[in-house]
Amino acid sequence: MSGPNDAYDPKQVAVLTPEALAQAVEDAEKAFAQAVDLDELAAVKPAHLGDRSPLLTARREIGALPPKARAEAGKRLNHSRTAVQAAFDQRRAALAVERNSRTLREEAVDVTLPWDRVPVGARHPITALCERIADVFVAMGYEVAEGPELEAEWFNFDALNFPKDHPARTMQDSFYVAPEGSGMVLRTHTSPVQIRALLERELPVYVVCPGRTFRTDALDATHTPVFHQIEGLAVDKGITMAHLKGTLDAFARAMFGDTSRIRLRPSFFPFTEPSAEPDVWFPEKKGGPGWVEWGGCGMVNPNVLRACGIDPDVYSGFAFGMGIERTLMFRNGIADMRDMVEGDVRFTRAFGMEA
Amino acid sequence: MRVPVSWLRDHVALPERLTVVEVADAFVRAGLEVEAVHQPGPVSGPLVVGRVQEIEELTGFAKPIRYCLVDDGEPAPRGVICGATNFAVGDLVVLARPGTVLPGDFAIAARSAYGRTSDGMICSAAELRLGDDHTGIIVLTGDAAAPGDSAVEVLGLDDAVIELAVTPDRGYCLSVRGLARELAIAFDVAYADPGLLEVPQTRVAAWPVRVEDQHGCRRFLIRQVSGLDAAAGSPWWMRRRLQLAGMRPISLAVDVTNYVMLELGQPMHAFDATKLDGDLVVRRATEGEKLTTLDGVCRELDPDDMVICDSTGPVSLAAVMGGESTEIGPQTTSLLLEAAIWDPASVARAARRHKLPSEAARRFERGVDPALPPVAAELAATLLTRYGGGEILPGRTDVGARSAQLPVVLPIDLPDRIAGRTYERGATVHRLSQIGCAVQVGGADGSTTVTVVPPSWRPDLTQPADLVEEVLRLEGYDTIPSELPPAPPGRGLTATQRRRRTVSRALAGAGYVEVLPSPFVSASTWDAFGLPEDDPRRRTVALLNPLESDRDQLATTLLPGLLEALVRNVARGQREVALYAMAQVVQPHANAAAMPDPWVLGRPSDAEIAALIGALPAQPLHVGTVLAGHWERPGWWGPGRSVTWADAVQAARLVGHAVDVDLAVRAVARPPWHPGRCAQLQVDGQPVGFAGELHPAVVDALGLPPGTCAMELDLDALPLTDRHPAPVVSAYPPVLQDIALVVDAAVPAADLTTTLRRGAGELLEDVRLFDVYTGDQIGPGKRSLAFALRFRAPDRTLTAAEATAARDAAVTAAIETHGATLRS
Repeated sequence: MSGPNDAYDPKQVAVLTPEALAQAVEDAEKAFAQAVDLDELAAVKPAHLGDRSPLLTARREIGALPPKARAEAGKRLNHSRTAVQAAFDQRRAALAVERNSRTLREEAVDVTLPWDRVPVGARHPITALCERIADVFVAMGYEVAEGPELEAEWFNFDALNFPKDHPARTMQDSFYVAPEGSGMVLRTHTSPVQIRALLERELPVYVVCPGRTFRTDALDATHTPVFHQIEGLAVDKGITMAHLKGTLDAFARAMFGDTSRIRLRPSFFPFTEPSAEPDVWFPEKKGGPGWVEWGGCGMVNPNVLRACGIDPDVYSGFAFGMGIERTLMFRNGIADMRDMVEGDVRFTRAFGMEA
Repeated sequence: MRVPVSWLRDHVALPERLTVVEVADAFVRAGLEVEAVHQPGPVSGPLVVGRVQEIEELTGFAKPIRYCLVDDGEPAPRGVICGATNFAVGDLVVLARPGTVLPGDFAIAARSAYGRTSDGMICSAAELRLGDDHTGIIVLTGDAAAPGDSAVEVLGLDDAVIELAVTPDRGYCLSVRGLARELAIAFDVAYADPGLLEVPQTRVAAWPVRVEDQHGCRRFLIRQVSGLDAAAGSPWWMRRRLQLAGMRPISLAVDVTNYVMLELGQPMHAFDATKLDGDLVVRRATEGEKLTTLDGVCRELDPDDMVICDSTGPVSLAAVMGGESTEIGPQTTSLLLEAAIWDPASVARAARRHKLPSEAARRFERGVDPALPPVAAELAATLLTRYGGGEILPGRTDVGARSAQLPVVLPIDLPDRIAGRTYERGATVHRLSQIGCAVQVGGADGSTTVTVVPPSWRPDLTQPADLVEEVLRLEGYDTIPSELPPAPPGRGLTATQRRRRTVSRALAGAGYVEVLPSPFVSASTWDAFGLPEDDPRRRTVALLNPLESDRDQLATTLLPGLLEALVRNVARGQREVALYAMAQVVQPHANAAAMPDPWVLGRPSDAEIAALIGALPAQPLHVGTVLAGHWERPGWWGPGRSVTWADAVQAARLVGHAVDVDLAVRAVARPPWHPGRCAQLQVDGQPVGFAGELHPAVVDALGLPPGTCAMELDLDALPLTDRHPAPVVSAYPPVLQDIALVVDAAVPAADLTTTLRRGAGELLEDVRLFDVYTGDQIGPGKRSLAFALRFRAPDRTLTAAEATAARDAAVTAAIETHGATLRS
């Protein structure tokens, strides 16, 4: 390789002659044209555009020329290099088009093939519906309260104004716990959580309590000994039955659409007075829109407030409770209670993550 | 309570045009749930009353056959064949003339039978769907009707029955009297109270009576009837009404007491007076006393039972069931009628104790009008003598008296304030008067209060709220407006509640299907699990009244319920099953305190509340998974992979990740898991759960698929992370270094990883075990564990020398702690 201090005859720099450059360009164009695909093109690229290609080698020789010849040679060289690059780009574009139209087609797969390699999970619709209802009330300013499922009879009955030996107690079909007189019962409703909430929390109290409840009904198409309820409770100054109705109307709309609403029928529960049973207007009812029985409700019985140390002359409240299974049954058209209890994955998976 | 509409019409002037549906709707609005409306079976054509004129017994047939001439009001009597023999010449019967169509599309035509022409049919109760009595034809008693009258009317075949569910506070509605009153208010029509029957005055006692327990027995009244015709039956109309009300007619005496109970709501008992010996004593039973009740069962009495005794001892279990020794029978001509008021709670306990829920007990439990006994006894005695002859003896014994209802004072606008609307002026007084209250306006100080004395039949009206309900329901719940209460600012879900949702979604997202496992387990499950006798999971709460006697324990773990669901799914053809559940389990304390029973008239003390809560078992929220079959299924992509212990442990890690808690893993032996494939999950050294493959013996015992794996965590034992501190994410390049360490096979990978982390120091960003090798190259009893270490500095580009120094420190720590050797 020549250094700048060598005395060179410019004519000796053969690689910079126009003929040599033209030859290099021609060789490159030929090689690119002969490449049949992008891989081959990539393979021949270094020989013509790489560090050791004739044109790059020639560039390093440019300093050997006399200064006045350098400009012209440089121009020639650049021209050649641009031509080779253009030939390469052109060929690459052409081959890319070819690849896109041929190779990728050959690589095509059946994208409809299944990929059910790992299992697909699902949440139980009861869980999903409980959360959904809780969310409706949380959005209204309520909080979610909880309690244990094996409960003191005092919370499940006494404090809720069920006198001992009153028929209302036996109406509840309780599971009692050994030994006789243990004072414990599997909670027959979520209402004991009302008492816990009123004892634990500062007034006013606005809570909903979703949870599992128990009654001695044998499992069949419409009964289950283990079921779920959601309880609502509002205790504040000036709470009225109109507030109860308004709240249930809002609840009904959130669950069943804007045309839904509530009507109240007089009823009896020891822990509410006045008491009512709400019917909900269900637009998608089987056989046409109509009223569906939907739980129980009423104004909190003053005796309940007293048992929690709340002055019923200052505070009043309303409470309501609905069966989640029952709600799911008519809302989602479930014909048999057992489907919700048995844990058949075919049933639950159909719901995915929400009910 | 089943009530025929015709019976209601006896006491309330319902408009003729009212349909049964309108009547039922009125009950619903009044707060009485209508369970069913029974419309009469369709009968069309000439069903008439006939009188039997002649009976010719036909002979030569396998059974008795009669050819009868029946006067049915037409000029000539009609000849009819009949297979029944329970009637005589002169009896009134029900005749279906040809052309009649009976229920079940049973068309009657003239036909030849037994050599005669039968020109119609004499009907039995069953044929008219009036009951299941096939034993004979209907014989109408007395002067019920004349030949030719429409039998449809006479029999009340067009009488609809409304079946009501009466709530426990409305005991008075377990009577025609109470229901008719509700209808009178609903339709604003006249009402004749059958409870206002005039009772003759007398100073003579009917029978010596001593009430020793006046708490258990508030009032005890006796009236006597004698000289009855023992063979007299109850009239057709009474039997018909009893049947419609769902009771079986038995004999005149029984039917009359039942009829009076249905009409007035006062249950009664009738003794055969000749079988009673000496004074009647009303008291609690004594220990060891026995009584054979009407159903022939000899019952051991409880000292809490109220009994009626004569000189021989108990002769009746008060309010629940009479005794056999004084039972009225076919020879009874002299009756002692008992009408009493019993303590509701005592009756409830006795009925439950002896498992004898009766119509009488149902009414006493809910409270019977204490003004009724004289009226009921009088009505019963009158009916008995009217249909059975004899006479009412002049005396009446009446011990105890009705206690006066306590007045309730309430602000006159309380109904408005509770309802959230303004009622018309006078609504409170009007409505309360309608239900029978004595209402006085104006308090002592002239304020706008009302003083209300509820009627004797409403023991449920004891506080202002009870009266408010009466006003609101009678004004109509549909007139209450709908508005939202002022919303307080809520704090949203608690951290625990959010966390539960996160775990649920994480497991479902990872491929597990949620189930709701049964909390009821059998003790044999613990044997199948191979739990030692002293395992705390065997310490369960047992139910007194389980639905299935062998599943009487509350689960201390979610696994039995989860595995049950798994087995069910496998039995239904699922091969790949991955389930999860989240639920409370019940774990009793070793020495549980007794459950206190604080008062309810005010807030219990904090100590009492704490004692109530403390006496309950621990009930932590658990999460569990079970899995069987393939985790990765075989398919067109290649072979599958069965579930392994590692999937179960990974499920635990997944939960840990979801709740932002690092779970440490340690090998333990714990049933029901495989002793060599069970991981204990720990937080700060405390066990919070277990995961792994189940013991093959457990798999066999429970019929599980081979290789079934399971995980269970106590979610409540995991600490809550409220605010996670942010990590420092360095943008400088990492230095990657791999090492392989040979250690004793018994050294847990987790321990070695921890050591490497500790030894490498802060420059180690991540360590990942990527290969485990055992084999000849490293010798027996050894394992080679290969780790990829990633080093990075937070503030500069790390040099290779720094990374190497950190790596060497990690290796040194492994050598020192575990006797590891670096594999080159």
